[in-house]
Amino acid sequence: MAISFTLNGKAQSVDVSPDMPLLWVLRDTLNLTGTKFGCGMALCGACTVHINGEATRSCITPVSSVAGKKITTIEGLSADGSHPVQQAWMEEDVPQCGYCQSGQIMSAVALLSKKPNPTDSDIDDAMSGNICRCGTYQRIRKAIHRAASMQAGKAKSAA
Amino acid sequence: MSSSHVLLRREFLKKSASGGTALVIGFYLPGKFEAPAAAPPVEPAAVNAWVRIAPDDAVTLVIDKSEMGQGVVTSLAMLLAEELELDWKKIKFEFAPAAPQYFNPLFGLQGTGGSTSVRSSWEPLTKAGAAAREMLIATAAKQWYVQPSACHAENGAVVHDATSKRLGYGVLAVEASKLPVPANPARKDPKDYKYIGKPTKRLDTPAKVTGKASFGIDVRLPNMQYAVVARCPVFGGKVRSVDDSKAKGIRGVKQVLEISTGVAVVADNTWSAMEGRRALEIAWDEGSNAAISSDAIRKLYLAAAEKPGAIARQDGDADAALAGAARKVEAAYEVPFLAHATMEPMNCVADVRTDGCDIYAPTQFQTFTQNTSRKITGLKPEQVRVYTTYVGGGFGRRAEQDFIAEAVEISKARGAPVLVTWSREDDMQHDFYRPAAYTTITAGLDADGWPVAWKSRVVSPSIMSRFFPGSVKNGLDNSSVEGIVEMKYGIPNFLCEYVLTDTGVPVGFWRSVGNSQNGYIVESFVDDLAKAGGKDPFEFRRKLLANAPRHRGVLELAAEKAGWGKPLPAGRTRGIAVVESFGSFVAEVAEVSVNRSSGKVRVHRVVCAVDCGRHVNPDTVAAQMEGAIVYGLSAALKGQITINKGRVEQSNFHDYELLRVNDMPQVEVHIMPSNEAPGGAGEPGTPPIAPAVCNAIFAATGKPIRRLPIRAEDLA
Repeated sequence: MAISFTLNGKAQSVDVSPDMPLLWVLRDTLNLTGTKFGCGMALCGACTVHINGEATRSCITPVSSVAGKKITTIEGLSADGSHPVQQAWMEEDVPQCGYCQSGQIMSAVALLSKKPNPTDSDIDDAMSGNICRCGTYQRIRKAIHRAASMQAGKAKSAA
Repeated sequence: MSSSHVLLRREFLKKSASGGTALVIGFYLPGKFEAPAAAPPVEPAAVNAWVRIAPDDAVTLVIDKSEMGQGVVTSLAMLLAEELELDWKKIKFEFAPAAPQYFNPLFGLQGTGGSTSVRSSWEPLTKAGAAAREMLIATAAKQWYVQPSACHAENGAVVHDATSKRLGYGVLAVEASKLPVPANPARKDPKDYKYIGKPTKRLDTPAKVTGKASFGIDVRLPNMQYAVVARCPVFGGKVRSVDDSKAKGIRGVKQVLEISTGVAVVADNTWSAMEGRRALEIAWDEGSNAAISSDAIRKLYLAAAEKPGAIARQDGDADAALAGAARKVEAAYEVPFLAHATMEPMNCVADVRTDGCDIYAPTQFQTFTQNTSRKITGLKPEQVRVYTTYVGGGFGRRAEQDFIAEAVEISKARGAPVLVTWSREDDMQHDFYRPAAYTTITAGLDADGWPVAWKSRVVSPSIMSRFFPGSVKNGLDNSSVEGIVEMKYGIPNFLCEYVLTDTGVPVGFWRSVGNSQNGYIVESFVDDLAKAGGKDPFEFRRKLLANAPRHRGVLELAAEKAGWGKPLPAGRTRGIAVVESFGSFVAEVAEVSVNRSSGKVRVHRVVCAVDCGRHVNPDTVAAQMEGAIVYGLSAALKGQITINKGRVEQSNFHDYELLRVNDMPQVEVHIMPSNEAPGGAGEPGTPPIAPAVCNAIFAATGKPIRRLPIRAEDLA
């Protein structure tokens, strides 16, 4: 039976086992490979996507549970890397191998949507579920602060 | 490089082979591949194999090292762009195919490791860039009827000095490529460098923040099938029998087949393959390693340490000097097996056909990948094409070929492209681990507290016995004692022995290899000696390094920037360590607090000073130090793989923990200005961090840390 949801702003329907984790639906059924497999147990955060705006580990999320919901993956964050968090990541040259960075960015975007000006401790709380084996944490922290001020600047100029 | 880019690239290669319009300077063309014997010699090899210029001035640089996070795409592009006077904004890149012109001259094969990329590429790439520039200038000069010396190159164009006439490389490239390649092109004075030595944004970052970077696990080919493999949990075990009836009933499972490493389940997606594997019922023949355990290995090591070993270095007479010493200090150190735990689990796509084989892989060693595939398929080398993807972490693990062989075997059996994906558990439990080691050291001090003798014995398995057996002579594997035998502290009587001790646990290269444990052991013991002699650890090192100016340079820089000797907030202590590895010198000062009741160690700040000789991208050097420190901290604070009944006991990130952002110290990197030959950058930041932290703990508790990882009971 088909399962339907909204993926990166577009209606999507898939006919797969209902218990198949969303991660594999994205990667193997829909060929959206920006969301990564790291652990399969929600321990590393590489598979983080947004479900109705909440940062969620797609590796343990059965696709049946997202029926009717809105899913955003790294591919849906912006068409061209223009999202402030992506821009901040580029400014700080955060990635090394880059494999965990889709998940890091999705977690950071979710954090900033709740706390537009996070403290270091907020960052620790929101980002400690995302492992980076290359050790880019210091730059991730800087990039989140930078994105926060970029977004604040935008909000100010819009006001 | 997106997966579509992989496909586009295949198209490009086809076009080139049929005489497309792009300029190819010595570029690899399918169908014109030469067997290694007929290839150009390795030293001046592959001159200008790295540059392709299109009529629209777009420049494609061929990167012949694997990008596994160390920033090599950008560093190598900077070397080429500098001498070729490229417009940085017009640079594109792609990864080189497996071909002899891309051999790493330090290895004699194509591969990335040992922190050799910049060291091995500086000379050939700057030379290739300069040669191409001279060829382009000569071509423009001919068109203008002027002397080449009356022209110069800038921003991807040749300019006539007197008239400012200008021709873009795009219109010159085809003619230029027909000229003989200058043997000794003039290279720039370093004071004129525009790129080298300047902080430069990485070329791969945009792809990596948009999810477009294609790793091996992201390759998607038409009709591709997905596979996972059930391997015997005991090292070296084999399949005795398999019941696959339930597995075959799982939706999406196409086939279950036996391969050399176990039982493969092939399906139309990874999840179905994993579900199929879960449903397999396999009886294993566990083989000769079924009884090994960490306890038994420890006993084996302790016994081996009683025996003399192969002599790795000997100066003077350590025994006599010890007998005459005013005071003796003794210690034994233990370090565990460690997993690489790259974020991208092992994987490979193979497409084996009767007429050829394409491999898409996150590999560190393309030549090995080609050879592995050739042996399994029986194809000729020129029929095996290797497409290197982005590598989601290497650290030495992807020098191995086990994951390549599995994909090739399964694709051959299926007659279709196959992606083999390892689960995290597969990755953790079937690694080639950093060797566990046991090392004893005895030193003698004179009446003033200065060392006169050092005697150390290393017990560990040998990586090279499997990897490059020819390099192990008389029981000596140099990689097991690196970090000890280079000893630069002025100690007149010195002995280092090695007792090669196999355990049945597979071992391999792990970021900084022998230095990862030996840096910790030597630098921890040096603090023991300083304390025994009543000396400050920094001043003690400084004096003993009187004849090692580069060690001393980074030591002094790190101490100065860290404020060595100045007051710290209450409850904090500092530790210092300095290690030379891979041609570079790194000193680190760690600021630590120890909570003895909770058994928690907090690393607040790390100051790192690095002398890696001439460097290309200082921001990359800094990033590599930051990352190497985190890698070493995970090991020092958390890392250990233990064995029971021949099996690895850890399985995922809950029981093989890695440093997370909440434990991240503030890291400051200071790069020593240097005109020395380039050194490595990927690994040398790792060895000093464990001893710097342990020495800070020693300063706090008065108790040396003699085993890793640091345990709560060792802080009391």
